[in-house]
Amino acid sequence: MSIEVNGKNIDWIENETVKELLKRVKYTFPLVVVKINNELVPRNKFNEKIVPDNSKIAVIHMISGG
Amino acid sequence: MNIEKSEKIRLKLKESSVGIAGAGGLGSNVAIALARSGIGKLVLVDFDKVEENNLSRQYFFRDQIGKLKIHALKENIKRINPDVKVEILDIKLSKKNMQKPFEDVDVVVEALDSAEIKTCFVEEILEKLPNTPLVAATGVAGYGNSDRIKTIHSGNLNLCADEEARSSEDDVLLAPKVCLMANWQANLVLEILLGEDK
Repeated sequence: MSIEVNGKNIDWIENETVKELLKRVKYTFPLVVVKINNELVPRNKFNEKIVPDNSKIAVIHMISGG
Repeated sequence: MNIEKSEKIRLKLKESSVGIAGAGGLGSNVAIALARSGIGKLVLVDFDKVEENNLSRQYFFRDQIGKLKIHALKENIKRINPDVKVEILDIKLSKKNMQKPFEDVDVVVEALDSAEIKTCFVEEILEKLPNTPLVAATGVAGYGNSDRIKTIHSGNLNLCADEEARSSEDDVLLAPKVCLMANWQANLVLEILLGEDK
């Protein structure tokens, strides 16, 4: 009953949305790219997409500069 | 020099193409590194002109100030390696059609500036070109702290990242770190095109 977020194992919570997960792991950046098991979660789905158990989540934060 | 390996690489790169979104600090330096390596074709997309303050890190020269970056960069590439095919597109990438210029390249490089446009670009490429490897970069501002830079791999996304860096609005942009990360991106492109260097 755990998930992996950016390489760290944390508890899985039933029915937790991506938005709730980001809040729980204290990712407060407004702009992040989220992939669950290598599949992109569009930003407008953060509110509804439920994080499955045992999933591997990548939260990618793009910082200005280039 | 391993002549056999070098020839194999030359042939493989000659038939490869890379699209670069943005021709600023990251994009100009990625393009030059790939041109020197012998890439077959580059697709460069940018809408900006060379300004004096760009010279602190971008691969342009003083006498190119005022020129479109894609024109100036094409000139510089050709001076180094005239065999590279260079396709240039003077457009501002905007949401919904960002993948368009990159539909036929082997690897896409994200070399944009604002966090918002970088995020949109990464999302759109991952979504609309799911089979094309994407090399992006985040956290280029500042100096020092080279050891913080790492590659984050997630499926087709290869991100050169200093996750502790400040945003460019709150920090400085200087050649050493910008070029370090641009060349890191170019090195990732080679790894993707040629396979792991064992």
